[in-house]
Amino acid sequence: MMRRSGFVLTMLAFGYAFLYVPIILLIIYSFNESRLVTVWGGWSTKWYAGLLHNQQMLSAAWLSLRIAALSATFSVVLGTMAGMAMARFGRFRGRTLFGGMITAPLVMPEVITGLSLLLLFVSLEQFIGWPEGRGMTTITIAHVTFTMAFVAVIVQSRLVSLDESIEEAAMDLGARPAKIFFVITLPIISPAIVSGWLLAFTLSLDDLVIASFVSGPASTTLPMVIFSSVRLGVTPEINALATIIVALVTTGIIAAGVFMARQERIRKIDEQMAASSGT
Amino acid sequence: MSKPASASSLTLDLLSRLGINGRGLVVLVPYVWLLLFFLIPFAIVLKISFAEADIAIPPYTALLEWAEGGMLTVRLNFASFMFLLTDSLYAVAYLNSLKIAFVSTVLCLLLGYPMAYGIAKAPNSWRGPLLMMIILPFWTSFLIRVYAWIGILKPEGLLNNFLIWLGIIETPLQILYTDVSIYIGIVYSYLPFMILPLYATLEKLDDTLLEAAADLGARPVKAFLAVTLPLSMPGIVAGSLLVFIPAVGEFVIPSLLGGPNTLMIGAVLWNEFFANRDWPVASAVAIALLLFLVVPIMLFQYFQEKQQEAAKQ
Repeated sequence: MMRRSGFVLTMLAFGYAFLYVPIILLIIYSFNESRLVTVWGGWSTKWYAGLLHNQQMLSAAWLSLRIAALSATFSVVLGTMAGMAMARFGRFRGRTLFGGMITAPLVMPEVITGLSLLLLFVSLEQFIGWPEGRGMTTITIAHVTFTMAFVAVIVQSRLVSLDESIEEAAMDLGARPAKIFFVITLPIISPAIVSGWLLAFTLSLDDLVIASFVSGPASTTLPMVIFSSVRLGVTPEINALATIIVALVTTGIIAAGVFMARQERIRKIDEQMAASSGT
Repeated sequence: MSKPASASSLTLDLLSRLGINGRGLVVLVPYVWLLLFFLIPFAIVLKISFAEADIAIPPYTALLEWAEGGMLTVRLNFASFMFLLTDSLYAVAYLNSLKIAFVSTVLCLLLGYPMAYGIAKAPNSWRGPLLMMIILPFWTSFLIRVYAWIGILKPEGLLNNFLIWLGIIETPLQILYTDVSIYIGIVYSYLPFMILPLYATLEKLDDTLLEAAADLGARPVKAFLAVTLPLSMPGIVAGSLLVFIPAVGEFVIPSLLGGPNTLMIGAVLWNEFFANRDWPVASAVAIALLLFLVVPIMLFQYFQEKQQEAAKQ
């Protein structure tokens, strides 16, 4: 028994090192004075300053952030509806197809999704004249489509693990379905919705392949700029950018974690109060 | 105040006359969205894979044509698919993608299973943070995490310098731009997808079963093989499919870490489309790729559905 847990511990240590060492090295070398990424030339923040003057990078980042916020918001609305339907509505007509269309985007290779959406947009433009050209709108639609699957699955698994009795009690007391959703279900699944939004946001911000297919000449997103500069070679500026992204994401995750822990605590207190006032 | 209310109740009234209530709307809106932006596009890809490349905007010929006398004729062109069969480049790329995805999945499982097991058996208060640390890298840019490996793996990179400093090797190893660097990239990027479903099944595992096996005289290894492994099968299948399916069509990792000799189908499709501007062949490549993946995708859906149903009880 001892030997096997030793093996497990070794694998755990190796696994975490494997996951984190590249990111840590990236952060350290973003402060490297030398242009040669692998040679240490002393501490410097000049690559961060360079980033601030890189107009192309900044405008691409701004576009990506707008697309990510917009698509995450739409995706949360649609994904929550889809998750509700899957978890609470039992069997309805076309459920199998619906379930398939929700889970397939989770694993669908991005080149296929990207190509198929582009061909859709081109055909639509040919026949109904919309969308006129490709750009922010088409990228946003594409991102909503592939991120809503993730939101739906998160919301669905949260709903499935929850007790339906509160909702049923509200229904027995005569509350209308819409009211039950906004007063009872929504607060309970809010942690799932928050993590769904964050996940949709990062997936959108991160997407290179689908965006490359459905973008137009005037809409270059941040991953597209990063990809073309990385293909030319390793640059310390990308390291600096990576560090900023890691810092932002870590802050966001911690903030969301604190928010969700508080939400959970409030819910527990509410439940206790409800239970004690009931007896 | 009353005006919008009456307007909205009017809409609701209209919808309910059509047989659509609030509940139906919750299904209908995402349903229509997915039909339009997920399912119909595949039909269009299929359609264009039967078209002919043409110098036009868009660059392919029409499938349906009004022939003389008002007859609608369909022109199916199998040239793109024939092309895939005759040029060995495509067959090599498909087989290579399947091989790379398969090896990466096995490597992910070999690393991910002990990790998921370790997290599931860790003290209760440790599990949350340990799991969080698995998910956290997944939230940072995928592109940048792949890029980080270039600096580590290249001949004058950190890994080679480290190994030379240790005295294990004398001359730098060529790791970057080989299949090995693709394996590293895929395992690194997809590891969380393997660990999370594995953890979900291992965490639910009843410890008393192992105790029973031990009481009956089974050694730990035997108990693991007879109890833990079979019971964690759903997690193994779900995790493996979550890694395997997207890895087959992976584009970013082979194009950044792979060498000129490594052909993967995702990159072939990309080049057909962006470099050669041959939309029908790119569509045919996509359709053929989908045919390879239909069975794994349906298997994944089956397990996903079963897992949700199990969670209900």
